[in-house]
Amino acid sequence: MALLQISEPGQSPAPHQERRAVGIDLGTTNSLVATMRSGVATILPDTQGRPLLPSIVRYLPDSRVEVGYVAQAHQTEDPKNTIVSVKRFMGRGRKDVPYIENQPYDFVDAPGMLQLCTVAGTKSPVEISAEILKVLRARAEISLGGELTGAVITVPAYFDDAQRQATKDAATLAGIHVLRLLNEPTAAAIAYGLENAAEGVYAVFDLGGGTFDISILKLSRGVFEVLATNGNAALGGDDFDQRLVCWALEEAKLPPLEARDMRLLHVKAREAKETLTAHGEAPLTARLSSGEFVDVSLSTETFCRITQHLVQKTIGPTRKALRDAGLDVDDIKGVVMVGGATRMPHIQRAVRDLFRRDPLNNLDPDKVVALGAAMQANVLAGNQPTGGDWLLLDVIPLSLGIETMGGLVERIIPRNSTIPTARAQEFTTFKDGQTAMSFHAVQGERELVSDCRSLARFELRGIPPMTAGAARVLVTFQVDADGLLSITAKEKSTGVEASIVVKPSYGLTDAEIERMLRDSFEHARDDVQARVLQENRVDGERLADAVRVALNRDGELISSAQRADIERLLAALQSMLPGSNHRAIKQAADALNRATEEFASLRMDANVRKALAGRRIADLER
Amino acid sequence: MAEARDGSLQRNMQNHFELFGLEPGYALDAGRLEHAYREIQAKIHPDRFAHAGDAERRASMEWTTRVNEAYRILRSPVLRARYLLELNGVDAALETNTAMPADFLTRQLELREALEEAEAKRDPGALERLRAALRDESETLKSALGEQLDARRDYPAAAGLVRKLMFLDRLDTELDAAFETMDD
Repeated sequence: MALLQISEPGQSPAPHQERRAVGIDLGTTNSLVATMRSGVATILPDTQGRPLLPSIVRYLPDSRVEVGYVAQAHQTEDPKNTIVSVKRFMGRGRKDVPYIENQPYDFVDAPGMLQLCTVAGTKSPVEISAEILKVLRARAEISLGGELTGAVITVPAYFDDAQRQATKDAATLAGIHVLRLLNEPTAAAIAYGLENAAEGVYAVFDLGGGTFDISILKLSRGVFEVLATNGNAALGGDDFDQRLVCWALEEAKLPPLEARDMRLLHVKAREAKETLTAHGEAPLTARLSSGEFVDVSLSTETFCRITQHLVQKTIGPTRKALRDAGLDVDDIKGVVMVGGATRMPHIQRAVRDLFRRDPLNNLDPDKVVALGAAMQANVLAGNQPTGGDWLLLDVIPLSLGIETMGGLVERIIPRNSTIPTARAQEFTTFKDGQTAMSFHAVQGERELVSDCRSLARFELRGIPPMTAGAARVLVTFQVDADGLLSITAKEKSTGVEASIVVKPSYGLTDAEIERMLRDSFEHARDDVQARVLQENRVDGERLADAVRVALNRDGELISSAQRADIERLLAALQSMLPGSNHRAIKQAADALNRATEEFASLRMDANVRKALAGRRIADLER
Repeated sequence: MAEARDGSLQRNMQNHFELFGLEPGYALDAGRLEHAYREIQAKIHPDRFAHAGDAERRASMEWTTRVNEAYRILRSPVLRARYLLELNGVDAALETNTAMPADFLTRQLELREALEEAEAKRDPGALERLRAALRDESETLKSALGEQLDARRDYPAAAGLVRKLMFLDRLDTELDAAFETMDD
């Protein structure tokens, strides 16, 4: 594919050491970490050469934590403390998890997100996910020989704001600098597109262990543009296993079993399902704790019949995505299959029937997301990409709105808007002398607030008393490149300005993250201070680097006085970096950031002008 | 001061067309717009500044947000027409409920009834036919709009056409919702 030839506005002109950046696929069933090695995206295996890390975390009474294969080996004997598929609980409350009664865990319904009672205490899904991420981080740092610059972490495209924020919090807790949250199907599209020099409109059909995404992308001259995305954040291979467990219980005429036996049956059901991918028949046998045996035989026909309704659930979202993209199945050049669950034959058949073409299965559906994330991480970290450059234009999967009279939703940002995006809406007071207004932000496609996910409630106070309808309160929704929302409310009719910025409330507060960090450090015999110092140093170095590059490239955009000011603060930061005062480093970095705001804005201006100038020359050459 | 510098595009250049180096007008070279959009994004997108300092990352996000918004408006014929009217001091959204010709309103009622009937019967074929009919009517209105906006510069007449198109757009959204109900 003809890739964009563009200069890198933020890139260091001088060749320097490659920054250590990785892509992490934090999956429901398995997680992976990958990086670029000699221009090739490569999965980093564990010391025994195994590429996958089962996303399983076991808490032990002595405060030890086991992650991956070790935890997996104990899951049937200790199901309450061995957490599988924790991704399904990220950013979810009790009522959000379908069939929660089938789960072996003791849940606590905390505000915003449920928690799990384990032998090591109450754990949030964020903490549990952080354990998986810590193992991947350690694996990457050993393999790459030093501290990571940052990571791209993938999330299902259909994850809402709460689930994305929870994922980002988990990374922070694991000590990972998040370069970007990247949608899984988009990551797969990068890997597929670059590998196959693909051009045209493609669909990525991603059915993982717990989530389903369908994304429609236009690949053209190095630009990956997501036209539409849809899905179901609670549909995946796990649901097929669960259905098999229920079927096996019915066949064996058994009542619902205790937690250990249920987990055992789950494991056996998954094995039977996987056997069916290559065989027409699979045994499903288990010896229960009561001494009873489950011994049934599962045929492909039975499996397809009892799970057909789950397959059917992928069709509606796929049609919606096509409709939102304004396209017909005949416009789709290829359907890229991603996620282990797409190996199931009736999924393959359903996709073939819907798109009237054979799906593309030439990539390893377990690895492609991590590989794409590694490619993107390499670019975001500022390393020179191999094979040209590319640009991602992604979208927000679910509409964002605000509650109005009568419990109705006023849509502010519709789904499939290209991010980053911002939209504003004006509201007014309805009583004379009203000095405060309360707002309720929601996410979802339904008209009633009660059918959408509540994101944040906030109040704007200090509005000057006026007659009803005179105040003009501008509420702005801003969605950043990670797909995360922040909201600003501002009264603008008077000179007096009342304004507020809110982040949705279900994420962890800084204090909570700090407490969790402290908890984890007690056991790791690490030191929070040292960790903060290290982080501030890395941030400070990154900033100093970026400012130096900016001055070299575009120094002429500012006056010599401004330049001198920035250089003075840059030198001040530089002198602080080797020291051990983390606060002083932070303050110096903040001061430099503030001093470069105007410069940054001018550089962006200049970039736009350069882009247009380049285009005009291209027009002349045509 | 920076405000006085003629290079400060974001502050001085409020016009979406100029942002992409295009002449203001309803008729528009979609290929040129897309090309300019991509060229600009390639230089300012947050992915280019993921490793930069806070100030640059913020500036990049603000700019990209603005460029995405401008692109969204120019790409859509109805939004582009409304925007052109706005540039010429006409607010097409005002008086939405007044001054619609009776024959147009009658036709709207017919279409709406057809939609309700197709929905009640859960008939995707009827919805498809309705969509095709809507597209035809909207195409006719759009070519008339080009004439009024670019050739005659008759903005009040164009505003009337935009209001009609907004009616059709709303019906199209309801059509989408009907399709979705059938998918679920």
